[in-house]
Amino acid sequence: MTTADLHVIPRGVSLWQDAWTRLRKNKLAMAGLVFLLLVTLLCLLTPWLVAYGYEQQDLRLGAVPPSADHWLGTDTFGRDQLTRILYGGRMSLAVGFIATAVALLIGVTYGAIAGYAGGRIDNAMMRLVDMLYALPFMIFIILLMVVFGRNLLLLFLAIGAVEWLTMARIVRGQILSLRQQEFVEAAVSLGLGPVAIVWRHLIPNALGPVIVYTTLTIPNVMLLEALLSFLGLGVQAPAASWGLLISSGVETMEEYPWLLIFPGLTLTLSLFALNFLGDGLRDALDPRTAKD
Amino acid sequence: MAHVIFGINLTLAIPALPLMHSHETILKASALLLLSLLLSACGGESGGREARVDEGIRLGVLHKGNGAEPQGLDPHTTSGIPENHIITALFEGLVSKNPQTLEVEPGVAESWDISEDGLSYTFHLRHDARWSNNDPLTAEDFRWSWQRAMTPALANVNSYMFFPIVNAEAFATGEISDFTQVGVEVSDPYTLQVRLRAPAPYLLQLFDHHTTYPVHRATIESFGDPSDRLTAWARPGNLVGNGPFLLTEWEVNSRLRIEKNPQYWDSAAVQLSAVVFYPTENLTTEERMFRDGQLHYTEDVPIDKVPVYLRNEPDLIEISPYLGTYFYIVNTKKAPFDDVRVRKALALSIDRQLLVETVLQGLYEPAYALVPPGTLGYQPPRVFEYDPEEAKRLLAEAGFAGGQGFPPFEILYNTHEQHQKIAVTLQQMWQQTLGIQATLLNQEWQVYLDTQKNRNYGISRRSWIGDYVDPNTFLDMYISGGGNNYTGFSNARYDEIVLHVAPRTADRQQRYTLYKEAETLLMNEMPILPIYTYRSKHLMSPCIQGMPENIMDWITWKYVYLECPAQ
Amino acid sequence: MWRFTVLRVLQAIPVILTVITLTFFLIRAAPGGPFSSEKAVSPQVQAALEARYRLDQPILQQYFSYLADLAHGDLGPTFRYPGRTVDELIVDGLPITAELGFYALMIALVLGVTAGVVASLKPNTLQDYVPMGAAMVGICMPSFLLGPLLVLVFGIWLQWLPVSGWGSTPGDKLLPSITLGAMYAGYIARLSRAGMLEVLSQDYLRTARAKGLPEYVVILKHALRGGLFPVVSYLGPAFAYLLSGSFVVETIFQIPGLGRFYIQAAFNRDYTMILGTTVFLATLIVVFNLLSDIAATWLNPRLRYQYK
Repeated sequence: MTTADLHVIPRGVSLWQDAWTRLRKNKLAMAGLVFLLLVTLLCLLTPWLVAYGYEQQDLRLGAVPPSADHWLGTDTFGRDQLTRILYGGRMSLAVGFIATAVALLIGVTYGAIAGYAGGRIDNAMMRLVDMLYALPFMIFIILLMVVFGRNLLLLFLAIGAVEWLTMARIVRGQILSLRQQEFVEAAVSLGLGPVAIVWRHLIPNALGPVIVYTTLTIPNVMLLEALLSFLGLGVQAPAASWGLLISSGVETMEEYPWLLIFPGLTLTLSLFALNFLGDGLRDALDPRTAKD
Repeated sequence: MAHVIFGINLTLAIPALPLMHSHETILKASALLLLSLLLSACGGESGGREARVDEGIRLGVLHKGNGAEPQGLDPHTTSGIPENHIITALFEGLVSKNPQTLEVEPGVAESWDISEDGLSYTFHLRHDARWSNNDPLTAEDFRWSWQRAMTPALANVNSYMFFPIVNAEAFATGEISDFTQVGVEVSDPYTLQVRLRAPAPYLLQLFDHHTTYPVHRATIESFGDPSDRLTAWARPGNLVGNGPFLLTEWEVNSRLRIEKNPQYWDSAAVQLSAVVFYPTENLTTEERMFRDGQLHYTEDVPIDKVPVYLRNEPDLIEISPYLGTYFYIVNTKKAPFDDVRVRKALALSIDRQLLVETVLQGLYEPAYALVPPGTLGYQPPRVFEYDPEEAKRLLAEAGFAGGQGFPPFEILYNTHEQHQKIAVTLQQMWQQTLGIQATLLNQEWQVYLDTQKNRNYGISRRSWIGDYVDPNTFLDMYISGGGNNYTGFSNARYDEIVLHVAPRTADRQQRYTLYKEAETLLMNEMPILPIYTYRSKHLMSPCIQGMPENIMDWITWKYVYLECPAQ
Repeated sequence: MWRFTVLRVLQAIPVILTVITLTFFLIRAAPGGPFSSEKAVSPQVQAALEARYRLDQPILQQYFSYLADLAHGDLGPTFRYPGRTVDELIVDGLPITAELGFYALMIALVLGVTAGVVASLKPNTLQDYVPMGAAMVGICMPSFLLGPLLVLVFGIWLQWLPVSGWGSTPGDKLLPSITLGAMYAGYIARLSRAGMLEVLSQDYLRTARAKGLPEYVVILKHALRGGLFPVVSYLGPAFAYLLSGSFVVETIFQIPGLGRFYIQAAFNRDYTMILGTTVFLATLIVVFNLLSDIAATWLNPRLRYQYK
């Protein structure tokens, strides 16, 4: 090869670009992404968008079906449902993202350490994970919420604490297999310390499954929050979350079906979107499951 | 790269090993089971089967939704309404009540004499009263039962009801351990004498409270120490009672069944053959069970369904005044609530009419005093009105004009849809009228009770259901230092009336005038913010007879029967 | 193999012990006690109650007494239902929850596997999209949304099925089982589809087809085994999920199972009931996971080396 040929080396496509191209072709995943972005945007901008306060009551009005004044109807207090669903979205999405972030943080750190350290440290750490895996977390979460009152922060932490285990396992598995590769040996011989290796080389390469799993964890977390709210242990009135709205909607679903349909639809569609997106990401990032 | 789903490492799982026929077997087995499940469902086509209520009418079996699962059936260790409904069917006290008027009627005691000074009651028991195992029922049974009920080790939360009796309080608190010093005497097997330390005009009503019911000594003693609340005597097959019914079946969280007791002295008058109680904590589910033909009678009705029934099926819903008040208590020792003007401002700015009409579906009565109207003829005084202007003025006078500088506070309530709705509404009302900020704090029942008892609250939701039909059961809550007085309210004249003057007043009307004075004193200080008085609401099959509405929602089981009105 | 089993069993013991200890101290940290009543109780009554339930002892002593009783299988009296013991209530509630879980799992397996297999046979066509779409609905719709909807349609509008209860009216077991099983049907459908897709492209199937075997034999006898292995691995964790899912379903349908007892106990601060149920459920989960692990490892020896 002459130096002239260097100029015509074809530009490689990075993993991410390749994945993005494949993701774009997946219509369901893209639809999910768009939906999510839309919902997130709406929820973020809610305080500036809405005409009513989420606590604002109009007792004389009571519960009315969708109308020009109230696009999604009102509840028995006369509170505008569209507003409450949007605020509920802020809450539910916040719980989803934050709790997942907590899980991510703890899980990645833990898994990376275990995977990189290997040997006995890894063994011990994974043993702990196995033990924790066996604990009936649902039971503990219920207990926690009952014992310490329904504190939002506690909710985030509790849910995050349940989900980090699997994250740790995935990251560890990834790191374990990546650790053997040559580029790591090269980095070591270059004199890079373990922290730098893990942070700059291993974790970025392990990101694929982590991203997929994160996207799939968010809906689980949101469901968990909804479930806790349904049992009376999650978000408290008069704040709204989709779970809470659904559980009150269930009580009156015969007389005022719109109080159940709209929050239910919103939650289900958001979960759909997240799951399709997660699936799409998994297909995009894992060459083996590619349909083409 | 590992193909990871749910953290299960499936890399090693993909290459198929010759697994046994396990999968196919599992699949076939599941399909079969599924089929049988579906078939079992088909057997229950509602067109073909008789609804439970119709079968009940035919057989004389009443199916009742009973609220929470009863904690127990020992009359001396329980204290809830669901338990009460069952216990009043399994046991009978000295007296009974007329189902309509709630005036006292003979029970185990055929007749009684009251001394001139009201300090001595002599009960003559009927000679034909028996226990369900045919043992005779005597005055000694009452004496022994009351001793048990007052024994400190048993920890009976209702033992305070015996306190009008001489030395009862001393015995119950462990000051004295010799029950013979307590004013209960058995002069002969069928005569029971009770001596009081002060007159108590409501005493006879008290003797229909289940804590005074007799229990069968031999049975209890055969299960261990009588003052051990954990023995298993109160179970089907063990329980011996003296009431119109026997306990035959009890599956916790599922159903409890009682059947007619042939040993009951008045069993000829009992027309039902059995009653089945179902735990129904969820009101919506209870209502569906009623509609589905599974219940004749529900304990309550979801508030949103009330207008629907009133409109479409008014014969099925029964709403009547109930001996209870819903109010908010204020911690008078905690600033800014230590200023009576602040408390009054809070009370005057609640639009009770609006609350009742909208959030409560017009169901309850706005309350402006503690005692519900109609408590055996008593009418409470009306000391204040809804007056937002006056409220604002009072708040300004207290130094918080327009709500400026008023510290944010919490409204405490226990977790329940209803309490939440009301708290949310009051929060809004105070915000809009007075400009003050409240947040809502809801806690589990247990925690909530503790918080109140420890005075860790500013404003809290409270309610009180009367133990017996007399204003005294409400008013004696707020004597100085009363165990149920969590507000710190204390007024010497109030104490005087409630503890000394009124009990000694024989004439009912005069007594009621004194009570009005006491209530006025209470409302002038406003340690409590009355909100509404209760109504009981039930869905009731028109085929239930002998269960007229009354202010205690009391069911005298021996008069109840099932007969459908002619169409 | 034995060494592996013993090792796993030994590992399980500290887990259970941790659960017991954690729960014990956690619940004691809770404010409010099991006896709080709306009416004030005199100090004597309160003291008597606490003495009877050993609550007046120092907490460590209570802990060790509890462990001692536990060794005898005695889980203590419940606080809420005087005269009944925790063991009794567990014995009452467990068969019901087990039955519910079992039916739910069966429904999940049958529906899920069928959907997954059918979908995998013609990927990216309607035959794929429809069952997988249904699976997604099962996953994304929470049980407390699905349950009431089913009740509304089948119980109230059509009046085909009862709205609540378990075993008291014919047919009342169907809706709760479906509600609980729906989510797992969804997951199992996806798992089996993925597994089947992997397997269907394998060479040994081509061999089978080349031998002239009819397609359905190829699928049922050869592909299914490999394709469904992920489902078998999922059963262990599925059990735990089912148990927690049953809490909600039992609440919705008023089923007197263990899940509902547990929730009530938590709200009522019934210490011994909470502790007893938690210990029991945790032990069950641990045992089940253990069995599932052992079974999976027995079937696939390579997994044994995970712990080296």
